[in-house]
Amino acid sequence: MIDNSNSTNLSSGGQADLLVIGAGIAGITAAVEAAETGLNVILIEKNPYIGGKVAGFNQYFPKLCPPGCGLEINIRRLRTNPLVKLFTLAEVTNVQTESGKYKVNIRLQPRFINNQCTVCGDCVKVCPEKRKNEFNYSMDETTSIYIPFENAYPQKYVIDKETCKGTSCNKCVEACKYNAIDLNEQEKEISVEVKSIIWATGWEPYNANKLDILGFGKYRDVVTNVMMERLAATDGPTQGQILRPSTNEKINSVAFVQCAGSRDKDHLEYCSSICCMASLKQSKYIREQHPDAEIHFHYIDVRSNGLFEDFYNDVQKDLKVHFHRGKVAKVFKDESSGQMIVEAENSLTGNLMQNKVELVVLATGMEPTVKNLPVEKSLIDENGFFKNNGNGMIGCGVSTKPKDVASVVQEATGSVLKAIQKIKGN
Amino acid sequence: MAAEPKVGVYLCSGCAIGESVNIDQLVKVASEENKIPVCKVNQWLCSEESVESIKKDIESENLNRVVIGACSQRFLSDVFRFDSKVLVDRVNLRENVAWTHKANDEDTQMLAEDYLRMGIAKVNNCELPEPFNIEINETVLVVGGGVSGMTSALAAAKAGSQVILTEKEDHLGGWLNKFYKVTPGSAPYTDPESSRIEELISEVESNEKIKVIKSCLIEKISGQPGDFTVIFKINNEVQSETLKVGAIVQATGWKQYDPNKLEEYGYGKLDKVITGIQLEEFIKNGSKNKVLNGKPIKSVTFIQCAGSRDEKHLPYCSSVCCSVSLKQALYIREKYPDALIYIIYKDIRTPAQHELFYKRVQNEDNIFLTKGDVSNLAQSDDGTILIDIDDTLLGEKIQIKSEVVVLATGMVPSTLIGEIESGEEETSKEKTLDGKKAAESAEIGAKILNLTYRQGTDLPTLKYGFPDSHYICFPYETRRTGIYAAGTVRSPMDITASKNDAYGAALKAIQMLYAAKTGKAVHPRSGDQSYPDFFLQRCTQCKRCTEECPFGTLDEDAKGTPLPNPTRCRRCGICLGACPERIISFKDYSVQMVASMIKAVDIPDEFEEKPRILAFLCENDAYPSLDIVGKYHLQYDPNVRVIPVRCLGSVNVVWIADALSRGFDGILMIGCKYGDDYQCHYIKGSELADKRMENVQEKLKQLVLEPERVKLHTLSIDEYKKLPGIFNDFVEEITDMGLNPYKGM
Repeated sequence: MIDNSNSTNLSSGGQADLLVIGAGIAGITAAVEAAETGLNVILIEKNPYIGGKVAGFNQYFPKLCPPGCGLEINIRRLRTNPLVKLFTLAEVTNVQTESGKYKVNIRLQPRFINNQCTVCGDCVKVCPEKRKNEFNYSMDETTSIYIPFENAYPQKYVIDKETCKGTSCNKCVEACKYNAIDLNEQEKEISVEVKSIIWATGWEPYNANKLDILGFGKYRDVVTNVMMERLAATDGPTQGQILRPSTNEKINSVAFVQCAGSRDKDHLEYCSSICCMASLKQSKYIREQHPDAEIHFHYIDVRSNGLFEDFYNDVQKDLKVHFHRGKVAKVFKDESSGQMIVEAENSLTGNLMQNKVELVVLATGMEPTVKNLPVEKSLIDENGFFKNNGNGMIGCGVSTKPKDVASVVQEATGSVLKAIQKIKGN
Repeated sequence: MAAEPKVGVYLCSGCAIGESVNIDQLVKVASEENKIPVCKVNQWLCSEESVESIKKDIESENLNRVVIGACSQRFLSDVFRFDSKVLVDRVNLRENVAWTHKANDEDTQMLAEDYLRMGIAKVNNCELPEPFNIEINETVLVVGGGVSGMTSALAAAKAGSQVILTEKEDHLGGWLNKFYKVTPGSAPYTDPESSRIEELISEVESNEKIKVIKSCLIEKISGQPGDFTVIFKINNEVQSETLKVGAIVQATGWKQYDPNKLEEYGYGKLDKVITGIQLEEFIKNGSKNKVLNGKPIKSVTFIQCAGSRDEKHLPYCSSVCCSVSLKQALYIREKYPDALIYIIYKDIRTPAQHELFYKRVQNEDNIFLTKGDVSNLAQSDDGTILIDIDDTLLGEKIQIKSEVVVLATGMVPSTLIGEIESGEEETSKEKTLDGKKAAESAEIGAKILNLTYRQGTDLPTLKYGFPDSHYICFPYETRRTGIYAAGTVRSPMDITASKNDAYGAALKAIQMLYAAKTGKAVHPRSGDQSYPDFFLQRCTQCKRCTEECPFGTLDEDAKGTPLPNPTRCRRCGICLGACPERIISFKDYSVQMVASMIKAVDIPDEFEEKPRILAFLCENDAYPSLDIVGKYHLQYDPNVRVIPVRCLGSVNVVWIADALSRGFDGILMIGCKYGDDYQCHYIKGSELADKRMENVQEKLKQLVLEPERVKLHTLSIDEYKKLPGIFNDFVEEITDMGLNPYKGM
């Protein structure tokens, strides 16, 4: 792979058979599978690192294995394949169709760090500024010069231009022995010409701030499922210790609120497909660290489709996991105990139930990113998902439908064949 | 014969390496001790000028081996990539030495020197791989002419491949021929769609790159990817003509879970209890069904999970039945607008956009969805069926009166059991759905591919008989290279997912052939051009290699001598680890190579009281974990010498014996987790390593050494924080035990 994560000297991205937009698990898969079938690939990623959402996950269901294991192999496949060109901090600004080919403009944000960075870490020691750590969903901070996470790829620092004081501070530049920092690097635009495009642009967690009735943003003890992944991860803000955010103490009771924003006409009308399994999995995280914690699972339907049923059956054997059918109406604080009260209604009886817990996990859904990108509107459906219509623009992964990782990888692999058909047709 | 090694050693003093160790001493190890002709130091080895100067040296000095003493092999692989005739080894002085050990310490220096010696020994004892050269047939065989198989065949053909598509019936189309409509697969996801199966069939049949063979079973497949020989059985006659294919997609689909086993739902007992499939056929073909004889039906009840999510039947969920019954409820609405329709369910499972369809059906008149468990069905006096339902949302028992009952029966993979030749869908009595038993052997499943592989006739299956991949990240990981399962044979799934899967499997087939043409391996050692060489004159026919290969690479002749099939091979080296005669080697990975690295380590004599621990780390998870340890600058005992291995299963017991007789005091083996949820990238490498520990213990006994001197650990990549503890504790344990008495002998 040619790593263009620093691209200051580049005026054009050149030509390739295939452009893969997004380097999460879908995009990485599409890029390696294509390159290993002999295609020239340009892979672009808006973040300063590749791996996307799964890079932040603690474990996959149902095996409870770490995503880093598969990413390691895939990154090795990328690294050692000369047919892939990678651009990080890169976003598509425009796509033009020209005689069966696509001319794509890509905006490259400055990393301010060039390829001479050896990740020695001297810069971090002198950086006086702080930024919110987005990788950890702002649950902690890093210095303005930072590495997104310890095992991030590319292994290079990046500077947050919002909080960095630039040359007026210059401390990192002075500390760097390898001339790896250029605080004057500018944003730039390049263009590439490709025969096919795979949109592997993934998803964002549904904005939990829109779920104020569920207490998010109001109470520290209400977190989302993606935050829970970071809390459970060894390289997360708490080094993998799951504690009650407001007190940093052991957790005695947890409520999982399913369909937080999904299957809801006021939010996302579709089902996000993976949240039931994600919460069942997270109940195992809790159980492992807090053997006595009572876990309440508020759901409409438990959707552990296919062979995932085994995992659901296994969680049901845990007698301290209590399943309650009915949508959660609101979450509020019990002022006397400081605990959270989860109020749910039985949709048929109208009866209300209340559970008092120390931590609430909102199983927020997946919102496709592709709807906000410069894609022809006819390729996007009412819910913002990519519609595959058989031309050279191909969607895969969560850009077409909410789905689990194995299904994403299947679709991403198949999308390469669609690209080949298009490329060979030319 | 390959050229004599000419080695250049390049050491980096940047990234704290120079401040941690005495580089001049390292240079001496290379140039004086090892007589390396070119040895240079740069304080910034990865800089452009530095890399350029290495390239110049390679040319002017005719170097064919380069040892880079700098950061881990996991970084800057594109920077330190030279002429393809140059073999490069990376000695990890940064993560494994400078960042994890006390600076300017005698032990740290010894560690760095040993790693350099090991690197030099390694390049002197291996060669650049020469790819095999086998003529590759690029035809793709697709077995199964249902929607997955046809999609796969067409996808491959449109990408330029020649395809042979076989179907056991005398017509293409599979299950979709029986269906009136299918659940919505595209926006707005609210109305059942035509399956357009006829269009797909005619597209397949008119594609000139696809040869369709109907009424066809596979009699035998022999050979290896790129060179399979297939014998078909057409209309029950074994063909004399054979065909060559390169790769195979198995899209043999699903069978209905036998409704005759669903007596508790009245099937076979009450004549108006039918399956969803019978309903489909009735709606599609008019009034052929004797139950639904065309008279208006007044009430229909769908019973979901009839035989699924049920310990007595299929423990798993068949995934599509909720959407299917919702669709069939609309058929009833269309045909009998006044009929009352009940759907009894445990959970409505309409993931993703299927939810929009569910919403739409919920809003229909006369459709009533009730959560509950059916406890009894009985015929009432007026001929209707009385259905007792327990455990409803309201907590009470209810009874529904219904004219017709439709059972949403589940999906069983075509691979599970039963003779597919007979066309029967019956399941034999003793056959069990116990996941483990089904997974134990491919032999338990239906013989569909009839491979002549020594390890069985078909794709090995997982739980419940599905020949699926066990890897979440690698759903096309297959234990039979070049053979990929697609569609419902591997897991219950809907039509959209089956089509996606069909594309994916076809791509993998094409990709595998593309790789084989240049002698390259596929995932996980993609691009690797090495392959195992067998020095058969010394083979004792012990069969360990043929039994232990996780990919069924090796067949056997009548005497039990292994017959290699290089394109089946995934280059894990498990055969190398298994061979007691040490006759299996790769050009760049061999018993001799690792033995030379072990020998290169300087073992202090017993009076220095410095133990030496050898640690074999799997390069897939354990070794990257150790890099992360470096990244965090966590410190660990400097007496450990790490050798990365392709898989723990590739560790030959002789290395352990060598190391102990050389004076190493203890040996650690760290690999991926094994067991039901194994993480080993080669299926069972670490498990085999663990099994071989018995032999190791035997060896230790013979040597009168403590069994605790050799230990195996499993580690996930995210458990890096455990590594320093594993190292430190082991050194302590060994120190307490006393040093190896063979030291210096």
